[in-house]
Amino acid sequence: MKKDFDKDALSDMYKDKFLAPENEIRFVNAPDGSIIEVNPLDDYFCQERPKELKPRKGVVEKFLNWARAESLWVLGFGTGCGSIEIPPLSTPRFDMYRFGVQMRATPRQSNVFIISGYLSVKTLKRAIRSYEQMPSPKYIIALGSCTINGGMYWDSYNTINRLDHYLPVDVYIAGCMPRPEALLAGFGKLKELIKEGKAEKANEYIQNLDWYKANQKKIIKDWNMPDYNW
Amino acid sequence: MKQLVEIIQNHFPINDIDLRKKSLAFISIHQNQAIPLLEWLKTTHGYTAFVLLTAVDWIEENRFQLTYLISNPENFTELGVRVFIDREKAEMVSAHHLWKSIWVYQRELKEMFGINFPDSPRVNESFILEGWDTIPPYRRDFDTKQYSEETYFPRPGRSTNDPAKHMKSKLYPKD
Repeated sequence: MKKDFDKDALSDMYKDKFLAPENEIRFVNAPDGSIIEVNPLDDYFCQERPKELKPRKGVVEKFLNWARAESLWVLGFGTGCGSIEIPPLSTPRFDMYRFGVQMRATPRQSNVFIISGYLSVKTLKRAIRSYEQMPSPKYIIALGSCTINGGMYWDSYNTINRLDHYLPVDVYIAGCMPRPEALLAGFGKLKELIKEGKAEKANEYIQNLDWYKANQKKIIKDWNMPDYNW
Repeated sequence: MKQLVEIIQNHFPINDIDLRKKSLAFISIHQNQAIPLLEWLKTTHGYTAFVLLTAVDWIEENRFQLTYLISNPENFTELGVRVFIDREKAEMVSAHHLWKSIWVYQRELKEMFGINFPDSPRVNESFILEGWDTIPPYRRDFDTKQYSEETYFPRPGRSTNDPAKHMKSKLYPKD
């Protein structure tokens, strides 16, 4: 039994014309006969602002950083043409496992996100969701010149120019395309930064969340998801 | 192909014939006759395979060109049917009842060129450009460079060289 409700009476947030159908308010019949209102944006997502993961003091932080640097789990999300450079890393020739780098299938399992090449607006939306679902501490490696200044797609109507306006970048790897060796060098650089305690971009993202969100919303015009995706 | 085009000429008024090679020809036909022609070719002449549907923006002539490329798998020939439609009133009859796959092309043309295909399935849903709110990007009056500069935070300091001039100045600096 579906109860009709007046959509105009809802707040402006829920009148969003881009709101995805699965996020609309709906009414569900409970086993005891009562009707329950389900509001996915409130019920399924956390509306709280994210919190920083503050560094601990002294030796503890050094030990944690050493442990984090030696175990980098990469999210298997290839955004552009650069994603073709990632599979060779798992072959015996390059063998990323000897550096403690391995691929993982879901954002919840990984802490390194390789933005591999150009990002179209449609992909950026998915990349933001994936990045925000990753547990802290998390790092972003930007692969290829497209992420730096747009590369050969600098005047395209649908690809972003500078990744650092939308997501915080720890390490850039220049080139079009960088070879797998360059990617390994990038992992080496990221390890150095983590061990020195300088890979704190995820916290900077949370500190400047409003600026990042404004930039993201400027180009993602059909923002139909919660502001922060836990 | 010549024979086939002659047969078509007996049944349909064709405007323009372009015989490229033994296995490829292009014909252009009026907007209203195009879908009946495609249906006739499919049912009676073995052009059962639909290859692609694409559009060209002839902004100087104020019209769009649609090309339906269809193929005959038995004698390996391909025929392109060109249709010209008005740019101001960009609308064409949907052909998804002939080939199911054509609705994807029509949805893409709706998004990229703004050519409407009424009654085509899901034609108004966004395809690649989610939430696009200016003129469609493949129309030639859309300035992609200007749009990119206004929207995507260009990094300053970017410069370009004309390859010919650059190499000339490098190889023959005295000239």
